Amino acid sequence: MNLPVQTEGLTKRYGGLTAVRDLDLTVRPGEVYGFLGPNGAGKTTTLRMLLGLVRPSAGTVRLFGRTPGAGRLAGVGALIEGPAFYPYLSGRENLRVLACYTGAGADRVALVLDLVDLADRAGDRYTGYSLGMKQRLGVAAALLKDPRLLILDEPTNGLDPAGMADMRTLIRRLGAAGCTVLVSSHLLGEVEQVCDRVGVIARGRMVAEGSVAELRGAAGLRLLADPLDEAAARARELVGADRVRVVDGGLELAVEPDRAAWLNTELVGAGLAVRELRPRERDLEQVFFDLVERGTADVA
Amino acid sequence: MSRSFRAELVKLVRRPAAWLLLAITLALSLIFTYLFPYAGVAGGADGPNTDRALPAMLPDHLVGNSLGGLPVFLGAILLILGVLVVGGEYGWGTWKTVLTQGPTRLQVYAGKVLALAVAALAVVFAVFAVGAVASVVIASAEAQPVRWPLAADLLTGVGAGWLIATMWAMLGAVLAVALRAVALPVGLGLVWMLAVQNLLAAIAAPLVDWVATAQRGLPGPNAGALAAALGAPGDTPGVAATVGGGQATVVVAAYLVGFAAVGAALLRRRDID
Repeated sequence: MNLPVQTEGLTKRYGGLTAVRDLDLTVRPGEVYGFLGPNGAGKTTTLRMLLGLVRPSAGTVRLFGRTPGAGRLAGVGALIEGPAFYPYLSGRENLRVLACYTGAGADRVALVLDLVDLADRAGDRYTGYSLGMKQRLGVAAALLKDPRLLILDEPTNGLDPAGMADMRTLIRRLGAAGCTVLVSSHLLGEVEQVCDRVGVIARGRMVAEGSVAELRGAAGLRLLADPLDEAAARARELVGADRVRVVDGGLELAVEPDRAAWLNTELVGAGLAVRELRPRERDLEQVFFDLVERGTADVA
Repeated sequence: MSRSFRAELVKLVRRPAAWLLLAITLALSLIFTYLFPYAGVAGGADGPNTDRALPAMLPDHLVGNSLGGLPVFLGAILLILGVLVVGGEYGWGTWKTVLTQGPTRLQVYAGKVLALAVAALAVVFAVFAVGAVASVVIASAEAQPVRWPLAADLLTGVGAGWLIATMWAMLGAVLAVALRAVALPVGLGLVWMLAVQNLLAAIAAPLVDWVATAQRGLPGPNAGALAAALGAPGDTPGVAATVGGGQATVVVAAYLVGFAAVGAALLRRRDID
């Protein structure tokens, strides 16, 4: 099967600095893949290598099974590191110039302007656009080819909250329509809301990959009960000793949250005063920082 | 490549700076080739180019007069155009925007080279047209007969002018690729064309033999020699018959191809930031 994106051992060195190190990245057809990492982690360099703007020092890139060369970007749309257009042209004229390269017609230009909600201002000069409008024009340009794979680098940069929500909706809609989307971001909430799978990169290395739920780790329950020692002992009897930890004056239980009612009944039945019993979910932000910290430490 | 060429033509035609450069080219050509010399003839004043005789401004000298500016000052404007067309993509960061649409670097570059070649031809045509009008006006004002050059001479002149103009535009293009910018290539290109070339010709070449010999292989003196071979006035800066017209044509063409090829090789090899 020709995967939309597949890299093996992708590496980019700038002199003594290794920006991307031995990166294996796979994006499956139809998924929205979040490429997550702090600033300077190597996200944009990786995306530039995917698109042939930067040559890898080592490793291979395949988009839909094609190696670098003419025609490799057929069916691929991209917005890399912010929008860049000709300032003396209007938004519509900019897209028409770009459409010359792809053979897209005026209808397609009108359609993508409409898709990003820029049709009303398409005749204005690009220099007069706000940052958010420029960003939307960048996405419109990425959609010109009606891509099967869309690569978006920090697509919500410069957008206001409403614009960010619109962008998420657009990404979801494209994903639902069968378009594969690779979106890089350092905004966890953004990735969490739209992505099927996430890869976390730190210091140029992939430090984790999986669904958001997988990255969060197993769900569990948080229990506050008195007396704590007796509650811990009873809980260990009920769910197993290795699934109970005492944390911050309470208990963390590595069990499915839907067992809360049964557990509550058992604990109360044992004469314990249950003050709080609620699902425990790891904060994605904490997961992210843990992964990045671990990845950074590994590289160091 | 035809798609890239079309895109580049649209960008060039819609760019105000391109029209401004054309206007400056025509104004300079008109002022220094006809207006000042004619003012000198009419007023009997002394000064650079005012010693030209009236016959030198009449239509039968159109070819030489139109080519006279290309070795230096009109060439400098073509160099700026070449820098703008290629360097603008670096300045605005639009290389990535264009290349992510799918064309290869060489396809885009070839489109730019072709667009510059067409623009250079348009500039040369415009210079000839403005010169033709100015010379007819002068002939009419001075009650002189209007005699045009032979069609073959006109064609040769336009061809030579296109060769020189395109060569300078390619120098601008290669400087833009090499330096990945606009301001620095323009600055360095102009320093070379307006200062270094003149210093070499006026100061170094008369004193040092090898400089005089090397001059014969440089683009500026060969462009000047080509213009001189086709009748450009010898008192125009940069115009001198240092080599024959045949050799000058070959050398200018070689520089044109060389500049374009070096630009292509650099663009293909380097990362796009």
